[in-house]
Amino acid sequence: MNRFRLEKTVPYIVLSLIGILFLLPLLWVIFASFDANAKQALSMPSSFTLTNFSAILSDPANIRAFIIGLFLSIGQATLVVIVGVLAAYPLSRYALKYKKPFMFSILFMTSLPITAVMVPVYQLFMFLNLQDSLVATMLFLTASGLPYGIWMLKNFMDAVPLELEESAWVDGASIWTCLRKVVAPLMVPGICTVAIFTFSMSWGNFFVPYILIQSPDKFPASVTIYQFFGTYGMVEYGKLAAFSVIYTMPAVILYLFSQKFMSKGFSFGGATKG
Amino acid sequence: MNSSSKTLTIRSIFFLLPSWLLLLIFFIGPILLTFYFSFTNLALTGAQAQQMQFVGFDNFVMMFQDANFRISVVKTILFLLLSAIIGQQLLGFLLAFLMKEKNTTFRRIIGIIIIAGWVTPEIVVAFCWVAFLNDNGTLNAIIQALGMNGVTWLYTFPLISVCIANIWHGTAFSMLVFQASLDDVPKSIEEAAKIDGASKLQILFRLIIPIVKGSIVTNMILVTLQTLGVFTLIYAMTGGGPGTATQTLPIFMYNQAFVNYQLGYGTAISLVLLLIGVVASLFYIRSMKVQL
Repeated sequence: MNRFRLEKTVPYIVLSLIGILFLLPLLWVIFASFDANAKQALSMPSSFTLTNFSAILSDPANIRAFIIGLFLSIGQATLVVIVGVLAAYPLSRYALKYKKPFMFSILFMTSLPITAVMVPVYQLFMFLNLQDSLVATMLFLTASGLPYGIWMLKNFMDAVPLELEESAWVDGASIWTCLRKVVAPLMVPGICTVAIFTFSMSWGNFFVPYILIQSPDKFPASVTIYQFFGTYGMVEYGKLAAFSVIYTMPAVILYLFSQKFMSKGFSFGGATKG
Repeated sequence: MNSSSKTLTIRSIFFLLPSWLLLLIFFIGPILLTFYFSFTNLALTGAQAQQMQFVGFDNFVMMFQDANFRISVVKTILFLLLSAIIGQQLLGFLLAFLMKEKNTTFRRIIGIIIIAGWVTPEIVVAFCWVAFLNDNGTLNAIIQALGMNGVTWLYTFPLISVCIANIWHGTAFSMLVFQASLDDVPKSIEEAAKIDGASKLQILFRLIIPIVKGSIVTNMILVTLQTLGVFTLIYAMTGGGPGTATQTLPIFMYNQAFVNYQLGYGTAISLVLLLIGVVASLFYIRSMKVQL
């Protein structure tokens, strides 16, 4: 009987230990952000204060960085969804000759490491005189998010029954109306998944704007936070922690929103069998 | 469908055009440029910035003679092995496996904690871990409370430090993948094996692992690809140092192209990175039994 009880409790102990180890670094940021005298080590703030947050939010430079971040991420997510739905339509509905190679190259691009193309992208931006352009950076981010977007949206669109569209055609609707009024509304969960995923990827992206943007006043939040912990020499821990918490919030909130759709993404978009 | 195949083709081209344009300019274009520039001596400043020359395989010859390049390859392999394959994959599987059929509330709490590390942006992850591993950080505070001497983690064990941070950041992905695939294992088979007297370990190794083998392979390749591209975490935590201790290929590429201004050489390193990615991607596609 003893052995049986041990077998039951050991997993709980192991899981709790891993949980605590995972929690500690995170607890520190949260505690430090509310602590006016935050130090490097985790400690309960003697008094909870919002001064760190107000200091961060009252600085126009920080607000600008958040707005630029939102511009890049919302712009990218919107474009990936629009361009992706357009591309997914013929791939899902028509028997195209080049569909197979096209879908395979999309899947192939999905998995290529973006890091590897950053040096040539920088050269391309220099050549086209696009360095320091936020719009061009957003377009590059869009392109880098498109393979995943098209792949997922095509799979989601496959799940929308063709019969619904056929009956709309009989009623005289054009392809455009069909796509907007019949197909897209039925794909809302899929569109949300792609939009949220794309947004989070871009919001958390440091490397791309760090390379492509030169003027500090055009940096999105991901880059300003880095400048912060470079130049401040990690002195103002509380402020830095508050910045981190604010910066992390959109990703957390969107994750919570997307949870019910996310599970679909984890069976590799319904592409794996067995 | 009553439209002729010709109008269908024209219409599809119209639908596919925006995505094609974007991909060609910003994705496929740069990949092709990688091939071209890696054979040139393009520099960011100086004479070679204006007059770039075709130098054949010079960059690659230089690369293979460069001790720093070899170090980077070794560091990249170690980073992949420790953080992606052993760390994220194994820990992710262990978590998913242990969490199976546990108390729902308990499962949810542990799940949220692990996923929190994954949702956190990479740059914040780096900051959390720099603080956690700092000389006066939380880890040393705990160690000192236990009566031992603190360790300068980021200087004494830099590679281990970045690996642990990457495991913290990435494990949730593997955990979620394995949770999804473990849910697909039919309960009845497991029950039958239990009645036949199979031990827990036998059920794990003889039954469950063979069933989820497909997702193990797919996840391994995906996690490898993700980890291969990791730049931000290492750059922000250690900057590749001390010395060359954490100089993986992306960091080496960055240093050559943007710190030493040798864009041509930097692109040659990109090409190596890209080719490793291509091989892994091909394995990835093969491992997925894709139905179009």
